[in-house]
Amino acid sequence: MHEAQEAAAAAVTLPDVPLLDVRDLHVEFRTRDGVAKAVNGVSYGVRAGETLAVLGESGSGKSVTAQAVMGILDSPPGHVTGGEVLFRGEDLLTMGGERRRRLRGAKLSMIFQDALSALNPVMSVGAQLAEMYSVHDGMTRKDSRAKAVQMMERVRIPAAKERAGDYPHQFSGGMRQRIMIAMALALEPDLVIADEPTTALDVTVQAQVMDLLAELQREYRMGLILITHDLGVVADVADRIAVMYAGRIVETAPVHALYAAPAHPYTAGLLGSIPRLDHKGKELHAIKGLPPSLTDIPAGCPFNPRCPRAQAICRTDRPPLFDVAPGRASACHFWKETLDDAG
Amino acid sequence: MPGNGEAILEVRDLVKHYPLTRGILFKKQVGAVHAVDGVSFDLRRGETLGIVGESGCGKSTVAKLLVNLERPTSGRILYKGEDVTRLSGRALKAVRRNIQMVFQDPYTSLNPRMTVGDIIGEPYDIHPEVAPKGDRRAKVRELLDVVGLSPEHINRYPHQFSGGQRQRIGIARGLALRPEIIVADEPVSALDVSVQAQVVNLLERLQDEFDLAYVFIAHDLSVVRHISDRVAVMYLGRFAEAGTDAQIYEHATHPYTQALLSAVPVPDPRARAGRDRIILTGDVPSPAHPPSGCRFRTRCWKAREKCARVVPPLEIPDWFLEGGGPEAHASACHYAEERPATPDVPPTE
Ligand SMILES: Nc1ncnc2c1ncn2[C@@H]1O[C@H](COP(=O)(O)OP(=O)(O)OP(=O)(O)O)[C@@H](O)[C@H]1O
Ligand SMILES: Nc1ncnc2c1ncn2[C@@H]1O[C@H](COP(=O)(O)OP(=O)(O)O)[C@@H](O)[C@H]1O
Ligand code: SF4
Ligand code: SF4
Ligand SMILES: [Mg+2]
Ligand SMILES: [Mg+2]
Repeated sequence: MHEAQEAAAAAVTLPDVPLLDVRDLHVEFRTRDGVAKAVNGVSYGVRAGETLAVLGESGSGKSVTAQAVMGILDSPPGHVTGGEVLFRGEDLLTMGGERRRRLRGAKLSMIFQDALSALNPVMSVGAQLAEMYSVHDGMTRKDSRAKAVQMMERVRIPAAKERAGDYPHQFSGGMRQRIMIAMALALEPDLVIADEPTTALDVTVQAQVMDLLAELQREYRMGLILITHDLGVVADVADRIAVMYAGRIVETAPVHALYAAPAHPYTAGLLGSIPRLDHKGKELHAIKGLPPSLTDIPAGCPFNPRCPRAQAICRTDRPPLFDVAPGRASACHFWKETLDDAG
Repeated sequence: MPGNGEAILEVRDLVKHYPLTRGILFKKQVGAVHAVDGVSFDLRRGETLGIVGESGCGKSTVAKLLVNLERPTSGRILYKGEDVTRLSGRALKAVRRNIQMVFQDPYTSLNPRMTVGDIIGEPYDIHPEVAPKGDRRAKVRELLDVVGLSPEHINRYPHQFSGGQRQRIGIARGLALRPEIIVADEPVSALDVSVQAQVVNLLERLQDEFDLAYVFIAHDLSVVRHISDRVAVMYLGRFAEAGTDAQIYEHATHPYTQALLSAVPVPDPRARAGRDRIILTGDVPSPAHPPSGCRFRTRCWKAREKCARVVPPLEIPDWFLEGGGPEAHASACHYAEERPATPDVPPTE
C-alpha cells in the first residue's frame, strides 16, 4: 500500500515545533444581553503536514477561535481578551499590522462553509483567482490569468479555460467549494483552516471535496485545521482531535486513541449518539439536556448539568486539562474512570 | 410487528412536473422540472419507510404530494384503498387528518407570533370534531408532555426554545389529530448529534405508543438505517433501489446506492485502511433535462449503450429471484449486481 507507507513516513518526519500554536485564547462578545464568553482558554497546535480536527456542536466556539486566529473576528462586539496566537513562534496578536496582514494573506488561509457568500458575486472566478497572483506575487496580468486556469484545473473544474469567465452563481455547490479551495491554496500557504468545508454538500460531493483537500494537503505538506461536527469526517482524515464544549477544549488526543476510548464523558456522549449497526432497534444514547448559554456558564465543570458521571466536586471545581497519556489530555476530574469504562 | 400489517398507503406511478415558463404577460410553457417521475411504494401500518437521496432528487416533493400540499401531475395515492388524489371537500378533509407532516426546519416552520399552545392546537381549528373547544388546552398540555416538553411552557413563543425543542413542538403539532401516518421531511437534519439522538428516540417511542407509520425522509444514511424498516434510494425523481434496511445497506445492487454508501464517512478511524470508496465524477443533471433511459447513466461507471435507450424498471433482477435468498430486492439497473464485500473494520485482536 503506497499511500499508507507515505503517510507513515510523513508522520515520522513531523517537525516538533508547531506551525501554529494557540495559547490560552479568550474571546468574548459584549452584547446587549450580556457578555457571551465564546472562547475560554483554548490552546491547540498544528504542525506542518498534520491535520488537526476541531470537533464540537454548534455554538461551542470552533469558528470564533478560527476567526481570532485569522484576524477576522466580528469586532465589536467580539474582543480577544487574552492569549497568544504564535505562527512559527511569532505572536500574530501583537506583531506589526503590515507584517501581520502579509502573513495572513499569503501563509495562512481559510476555507468557509458557504462558498457563495465567501466569493465575490460580481467578479468572474477566473479574475478572483488571478487577482491573488497579481496582488501577492506581483505577476503580470497574462501570467496570473494562466495560473488561475491552471489552479482551476488542479481542483478538477471541467473545461476550466472556458469556465474561468463564469461567475460563482453559475457553478454547482460542489464546484464552488472546489473553487474556494483553489483560492485558499493558490499562494501555497503553510496553514489552512477549513471551517465546515463540506457541511452544506451532499455525501457524494463531500467525498469528492474531502478527497481533493487531502490530496492537496499531502502535496503541499500544509498544516490543516479542519473544523467540523461530523464524527465520520474526523475519523476519515484527522491525525489529532481537539473536542470543544462551551468555549473550552475538553479533550485532545490522537484520532485512534480517542475513538478507541474517550477520556471525557462529553466525547463519550458524542460517540454514543451516532446510530450504529449493532444498535438498530434500540434507543440511541442521547446526551440529556442542552449546551449552556455562554452568558451563564455553570460553575465547576461546564458539562456537569448534562454529565452522567458528575459528583459534588464537578459543581464546584473547574477541571483543568489533565495529562492522560503522551499527546492526550482531558478536562475531567474522573478521566481515569471514564477511560477505564470505555476500554 | 412492523412491516407485517396491511398496507394503509399505496402509491402508484406518482408524477409531479413543475412547468417552466417564460414571459411575464403571456406565459408560455417552455418545459418542465421533472421533480417526481414515477414513484410507487406501499406503506404498512406501524412501519417506517426511509427515503434517502441527494439534494434536489425529489424527496420533499414526494412528501408534499403525500400530505396533499401539492397535487400530482398523474398517479394515485390510495389511503385504505381510496384514491386521495380524486377526493375533495369533506372526504378529503377526513383523509388528511390521518396523514400529517413534520418539517425539516425548526427555525422557520413555526409561526414566530403564535404561542406554542396556539401552534400545537391550530389543527383543531380545522378539525374541531377531534377536540371540542373546552378540551383543547388540556389536549395541548398532554401533547407537550408526550414529546418531553414542560406543559408549563404552553404560553411561550418559538424563539424561546432551542432547535431540538422546536422540533418537538413540530412533532406535537403533527400528533395533535392522532394521525395514522406521519411524513417527516428531514426532521433531525438541522440538529446537533446529541440532540438529534434525543429526537430520534422520541420518534421511535411515539411510533410504538401510537402505532404510527412513518415516511422518514433524510440524507443521513446512518440515521435512516437506524429508524427504518424499509429504505428507498431516490435519484432524479425516481427510486433507484428499494428493500429492507439490510438488503439496501448490505446487498446494494444499484451503482448509485453503492456509490452513496461508499461515500459516507465511517465514524471509526480503523475503517480508513480498508476503505474502498467510489468517487463519482460530475454533478447531478438538472431535473429539467433528465437523461434518457437510466437517469444515473451520466455518472455511472458501468453505463452501456442500452442504458441510454431503455429505462430500467424497478424490479427484482432475475438472478436474484432464482437465488431466492433473503437478499433479493428491487433495483432499477439493467446490470444490477452486488459489489464484492470489503471488510469495514479490520478485526482487532
Ligand atoms: N414549486 C416548485 N416549482 C418549480 N420547481 C420545483 C418546485 N419545488 C421543487 N422544485 C424542483 O423539483 C426538484 C425536487 O425538489 P425537492 O424539493 O423535492 O428536492 P429534495 O429531494 O427534497 O431536495 P433537498 O434534499 O435539497 O431538500 C428540484 O429540482 C426543485 O428545484
Ligand atoms: N458576531 C457575533 N456576535 C455575537 N456573538 C457571536 C458572534 N459570532 C459568534 N458569536 C457567539 O459565539 C459563540 C461561539 O460561536 P461559534 O464559534 O460560531 O460556534 P461554532 O462552534 O458553531 O463554530 C456562539 O454562542 C455564538 O452565538
Ligand atoms: S468533571 Fe465531572 S461533570 Fe465534568 S465531565 Fe468530568 S465527571 Fe462530568
Ligand atoms: S442502468 Fe446502466 S447507467 Fe443505469 S445504473 Fe445500471 S449500469 Fe448504470
Ligand atoms: Mg461554526
Ligand atoms: Mg427537501
